[in-house]
Formats: sequence, structure tokens, C-alpha cells
Amino acid sequence: MAAPNLHRFANPGQFLRLSGWLLPWLTAGGIVLTTVGLGWGLFLSPADWQQSDAVRIIYIHVPAAWLASAGYFGLAVCAVLSLIWRHPLADMAAAEIGPVGAGATALCLATGSLWGKPMWGAWWVWDARLTSMLVLLFLYLGHIALIRAFDNPERGYRAAAILALIGAVDLPVIKFSVEWWNTLHQPATFKFTAAPTMYQGMIWPLLLAAAGFSIGFGAIVTARLRAAVMERRIRGLMMARAQESV
Amino acid sequence: MTRKPLSRKHRRLLILGACGLCLAGAVGLALSALSDNVTFFVSPSEIATKAPAPGRSFRLGGLVENGSVRKTQSDGKAGATFRITDGGAGVDVNFAGLLPDLFREGQGVVALGTMRPDGSFLASEVLAKHDETYMPKEVAEALKKNGTWNPADGKPAKPGG
Repeated sequence: MAAPNLHRFANPGQFLRLSGWLLPWLTAGGIVLTTVGLGWGLFLSPADWQQSDAVRIIYIHVPAAWLASAGYFGLAVCAVLSLIWRHPLADMAAAEIGPVGAGATALCLATGSLWGKPMWGAWWVWDARLTSMLVLLFLYLGHIALIRAFDNPERGYRAAAILALIGAVDLPVIKFSVEWWNTLHQPATFKFTAAPTMYQGMIWPLLLAAAGFSIGFGAIVTARLRAAVMERRIRGLMMARAQESV
Repeated sequence: MTRKPLSRKHRRLLILGACGLCLAGAVGLALSALSDNVTFFVSPSEIATKAPAPGRSFRLGGLVENGSVRKTQSDGKAGATFRITDGGAGVDVNFAGLLPDLFREGQGVVALGTMRPDGSFLASEVLAKHDETYMPKEVAEALKKNGTWNPADGKPAKPGG
């Protein structure tokens, strides 16, 4: 199996050096892009012809939805790295991605509900898109609980990795739910095969906000992972010192 | 000739791949078996070919037919009658209550209710469905004015940028 270089990044010291250099850039990029995207989208972009100003919630709802799925995909990638290559940082990364992804999912569901009431006439309906997104939130919550549920962290990592891989089945269901079944939720505006059905003055703020949210997500996860690595080091040092003094 | 034994990484990869295939197959089968129940609404054409049991509550979805909307008053409560169509068949709908803001002729709607013996549909709830096109009012007006798009026909070919 050709994965010789993976272990270069498995070295926590290497990770701390690299991420320490990267983190300020991620933080600044996330803040700047999010501010520009949301400022443009919420205040300067035009109102929609049929939804008027209510359309502006799209600039938060869609980036949150994208991050919810991308975050879970990240969990699944960590799970593969952990189960096959026994990559130690992958387990720690999965533990740190979980709560942030769950937050994005909750934000997506909350903004969607606020958007649904004035436009559709209902806070919530059990259509395929909404239900599969709710399932994703529960998968996140299950992952968060499972990875911390064992006294021996290795067992928690193993169980959570398996849950992350099984739950990844929900990702294509979310993506294609609006095409496979009749749903109240409208189909995708951005498609692989056709131009987006959106005015350019609305696409750009949406893309900027999505980029800002994503980089900000990366910054938060990186900061959490650094803290986790350092915490583990400190614990190791303290245990070593305690053993010396015995 | 003896085969080289698989490395542990390789074996784990194979096991994981096999599990993934089984899981994907099982979920695919389950979803296709469920597809009737997962569907949020049925269209008038589907009702024409497979009539639902009378008295059973379900959701009917489609476009509001042009020129079919009439506001009604019963016991001082506002209501409306209109026709939901999908291009082929159509069903008359009676609804007592407030319609959502997006409701208008040519708009996609989903109504919850039951079939009545006369073949019309008595709705207890009407939800508006909007499409995936987003554009400012002026662009929509311009597209309508130069005749390239009529909202009642569905979405435009491409919103002007």
C-alpha cells in the first residue's frame, strides 16, 4: 500500500509546527471572507423577486448546510485513516470535528426552519431533505457521545470511527434527496451539469460566505486539535514526572 | 507458487471495503423499497392512475392552474378554491384558512387533506413550494417584459447576470 508519507503528518510535533504557522492565516481568512460575504449578502445584494428580503437567510443557511455535510465527510476520512492506517492524529481530529460539525448542522436546521415558516408556511415538514439532515444531526450527536464513552480512549476511537463510516451513507441521501423523491424543499441551485440558476449578484456573496465559513471551520478545528495535542503532551509529562518521584 | 500473505493494512482495507459494499447495498435496497413512503406528495396524474382510499389523508402537490383561484368566505373565514395541475391531470381543491404569501397562480403548492366523493380535494393545510431560481425583481420583470419568460410556465432558462 502506497502511503509512505502519511506518517510524516502523524508526528504530533510536526503537526504543531505546521498548524502554528497555518492557524493565523486560517483565522484571518475565515473572518475576512465571512464578513465580506455576509455583509454583501445580508445588506447589499438585491432582494429576490418572489421571496423578497427573506431570501437573505440563504447566505447563512447554505454555507451551514455545506459545512454540515463536509464536516461529516471529514469524520469519515478520519475514520478510514484511523481504521486502516492507525493514524493517531486522525482519531483526535475526529473527536474535535464532531462538535463543530454538529453546530453547523444545528445552525442549518435552525435557519432552515426560520426560512420555511414565512415562505412555505411551516416551521418543519417531514420531507426527505429535512429528515435526512435531522438524521445527520443525530449521527453527529451519537459520534460525539461514543468517542468519549469509554475509559480506554482507543476503544472509543474505534467505535466512533465505525459509526462515522456507517453514517456516511446519509451524505448522498441528503444530496440527492431532492432529486430522488418529491420534496417540499426545492432542488439544488448549483449543479454539476448546468449553470447555477441564480443571479450573479447573489452567487458571489453566497460563494464568499461559503468559503469564509469553510476556512473558519478549518481554523476552529485546527485550534481545537492543537489544544488536544498539547493537552495530551502535558498529561504525558505529568505522568512521567509522577513516576519519577515515586 | 505461494502467494505473499496480505499485509495487515491491506487486509483491513479489504474488510472495510467489503463492509462498505454490503452496507451501501442494504441501504440502497431499503431506500428503493421505501420510496413510496419517502415521497412527500403525490401529483394529480398519480391520483388519476391510482386513486387513494377515500377518507385517507395525504399530500397533493403541483402547480396552481392559471385563472382557477377563487377567494371564498364561509362562516366569516377566508378560504379559496383552486385547481392543482401537473400539466396532465388536475384536481379541484377546497381550502378554508390563510394561504401562504407565496401562493399565486402558476406557483408550486403542496396541500394536505382528503379526497371527497365528488373527486375534489378538501385541504386542511396548504404549503407553498418555491423553485431553485433566485434573482432580483428587476431581472424577473425584464425577462417577463421581453417575453423570454412567463412565471406561470415555470422557471426561466437562465437568470440574466
